[in-house]
Amino acid sequence: MSTLEKAIADTNYLKDPPGIKNWLFTLDHKRIGVLYLYGIMASFLLGGIFAMLLRLELLSPDQVIVDADTYNQFFTLHGAVMIFLFIIPSIPAALGNFVLPLMIGAKDVAFPRLNLASWYIYVAGAIICLYSIVAGGADTGWTFYTPYSTQTSTAVISLTFGAFVLGFSSIFTGINFIATIHKLRAPGMSWFKMPLMVWALYATSIIQVMATPVLGITLVLLIVERAFGIGIFDPAMGGDPVLYQHFFWFYSHPAVYIMILPAMGIISELISTFSHKKIFGYKMIAFSSLGIAFVSFLVWGHHMFVSGQSELAAMVFSFLTFFVGIPSGIKVFNWVATMYKGSIELKTPMLYALSFLFLFTIGGFTGIVLGSLAVDVHLHDTYFIVAHFHYVMMGGTVMAFLGGLHYWWPKMWGRMYSEFWAKISLALIFIGFNATFFTQFIMGSQGMPRRYATYVDTYHRLHAFSTYGSWVLGLGFVVMAVYLIHSLFKGSKAPANPWRSLTMEWETTSPPITHNFDRPMVLEHGPYDYDVIDPKRRLEDHKREVSK
Amino acid sequence: MDTTGTLFLPPSGSTISGEVDFQFYFIYAASIFFFAVVTFASLLFVVRYRRRGEPTRSDAPTHNTLLEIVWTAIPTVLIVIVFVMGFRTYLKMHVVPGDAMEIKVTAQKWFWSFDYPEGASAVNELVVPVNQPVKLLMSSQDVIHSFFVPNFRVKMDVLPNRYSVTWFEATQTGEFDLFCTEYCGKGHAEMIGKVKVVSESEYNNWVEAGAGPAEGEGLADYGRRLYVSKACNTCHSIDGSGNVGPSFLQKFGAEEALADGSFITVDENYLRESILNPQAKIVAGYDPVMPTYQGLLKDREVDALIEFIKSLKDGQ
Repeated sequence: MSTLEKAIADTNYLKDPPGIKNWLFTLDHKRIGVLYLYGIMASFLLGGIFAMLLRLELLSPDQVIVDADTYNQFFTLHGAVMIFLFIIPSIPAALGNFVLPLMIGAKDVAFPRLNLASWYIYVAGAIICLYSIVAGGADTGWTFYTPYSTQTSTAVISLTFGAFVLGFSSIFTGINFIATIHKLRAPGMSWFKMPLMVWALYATSIIQVMATPVLGITLVLLIVERAFGIGIFDPAMGGDPVLYQHFFWFYSHPAVYIMILPAMGIISELISTFSHKKIFGYKMIAFSSLGIAFVSFLVWGHHMFVSGQSELAAMVFSFLTFFVGIPSGIKVFNWVATMYKGSIELKTPMLYALSFLFLFTIGGFTGIVLGSLAVDVHLHDTYFIVAHFHYVMMGGTVMAFLGGLHYWWPKMWGRMYSEFWAKISLALIFIGFNATFFTQFIMGSQGMPRRYATYVDTYHRLHAFSTYGSWVLGLGFVVMAVYLIHSLFKGSKAPANPWRSLTMEWETTSPPITHNFDRPMVLEHGPYDYDVIDPKRRLEDHKREVSK
Repeated sequence: MDTTGTLFLPPSGSTISGEVDFQFYFIYAASIFFFAVVTFASLLFVVRYRRRGEPTRSDAPTHNTLLEIVWTAIPTVLIVIVFVMGFRTYLKMHVVPGDAMEIKVTAQKWFWSFDYPEGASAVNELVVPVNQPVKLLMSSQDVIHSFFVPNFRVKMDVLPNRYSVTWFEATQTGEFDLFCTEYCGKGHAEMIGKVKVVSESEYNNWVEAGAGPAEGEGLADYGRRLYVSKACNTCHSIDGSGNVGPSFLQKFGAEEALADGSFITVDENYLRESILNPQAKIVAGYDPVMPTYQGLLKDREVDALIEFIKSLKDGQ
């Protein structure tokens, strides 16, 4: 390596400026994205350990390892950690922070200090949440339904206050992204020249900014009720428990789309890149993101079909719920159509995208089953729901997150991971996931209620099978952790554009220099113009790049 | 009717389950179809258009208005059908038939109790007659619970600050699991009861046995309970004070002036007649408003009430 090349290599964002202090006070969106990545991966590990313990406890009908109180705390923590600490910040705050400015050719996000503040708030919120473990644990479920959450003696305030604090982190990221997308796009990048990932992050940010305050208010009201005995939700103090459910789901339903919309953005990128073909129905995908974001605010009542809300309300919520299904279905059809006559390369990220298609479609269809009023009465609060949201959240969002992680891994670290081990790991995850959760559809529709520490013998075989599946799933993640960490040290050097993608983040070095690009970026072609960019010319560029 | 259950659904045991199961499998079939289309197309494209060597430029269209309209319209029509079916059945689930018997359901940490119109009560065992609509009037003593019988496809939250109502009509005799499906704390998973569906005669026997005086309870004391549970107390005092009807205090053996100007001595037969056929002899100064208790009280209960009234000899 010549001195010049070494000098260039040392200007990448991972090394420049050096030192732990420069990392902890960094305003660089890429570093903040990496810091978030550490946070969410640690959370994913923690939530995953709780998940494995839950499945182990359910291996047989009676007590296996822990008593009912402990089990109840485990599922509460599994849910709260996975939702508030992992999945909500996963794609927007970790991957989004890293790629958004790169994708639109910007130097950074609009408010770098706000961005750093959001990470510290995230860490503070996480610590407050986890403090509840040493304070005796909370046992309300991540939904904190009143009046149980008002009456139980466990550490509810710590967990809810943590979630309240985390909300600010989410809002800050949302505000930042909206401003960034509006103001910092490279010259020439009109709204319809933006990558679909950017559209998805935009729609997500709108929900984050508009819905999260409602969660904050609700949790504060709950804390006030518990701490000062002011009756808001607890009927013993003159409150109304169903009011809590309305408040809670007014946030938490849109929150589902905070989780899935950015995942859909990633899938659009992956399928177009690895099919080497222009995305099919760009505008429909972009608008369906906004459509989903809008309708997501109007369907919260579908969590309450058996809560005693009026039949009229149930009818309206059911009707609107089905209309979230339509734009999601359109996206799926568009992704499949994108592959038609493409030039499909089955690299790991593409396999994740295909897994997403398979699993998310199952998650979506079972959502239709649950949207139907009469059928939902039977399935509500059973394992069918558990299976449904794991297919959407894990089969959907986590698969897309992992796809995105592998896709941008070379850009993030300048190293390639092992394609072979990545495929082994994906196979284990895919098989393990379906074994774990498809079983739960069956036991759920057979009547197995959720949140049961023990259960009647009827469901034994299905539960046991589901637990075996979770071991395969867990093994898949262990393999992934090993090869990803290995790649950081021993992975081969990544070229600037290993996937020959046309979006802007691939036009800088891997890893990018601290200021992202070595020149002011101007849009030269659309993000998916695979039909106009001559592959031969790009091949020559690519070869030059590789030979360097 | 299907009694064995299917891969996805447990054996059906109520009048509503047929409709629910049909809709479940209707959506299931439609989903399988679209899922097969999506999966097959994806796999086909992956195999057929797999990159060999260098990427090629595609001349495929990047949008197709007709295709996009079609794949929006067909699912839209289907979900409207699914929505309408679901809503109609949901309404049926919420409109209690006029001839339903009513059972009061009380949920608390962590058991169910049931109170019957005949005065019987039970814990964690809901005994109902087959082929008879049963209305459940439910409330909770503490947190939110939820009443769920998988075989009946019936579920309703049970709230602490209000009544919630659901109903079912069992079509099969037998024992069915009753689960609490709203998380309610440590004993949530233990809050499991049974619904026992029996023939009408078995039900009547059960009620008969369950509704009598408690072990060691005297007839008059049993009557005192019935006086409250049968709501005699809303109109008749036992302290001599006036109300909608005459007080029961020191009534037995007294001479009563009737509205038609005649007089009668209050004895067992007069009391019995006044309970079962209240309009026959109206006490002077009162309106003829009392409903008949014919059919609502069994002989034993009438006996007990009379014994109770006889016992009210002095102010108490």
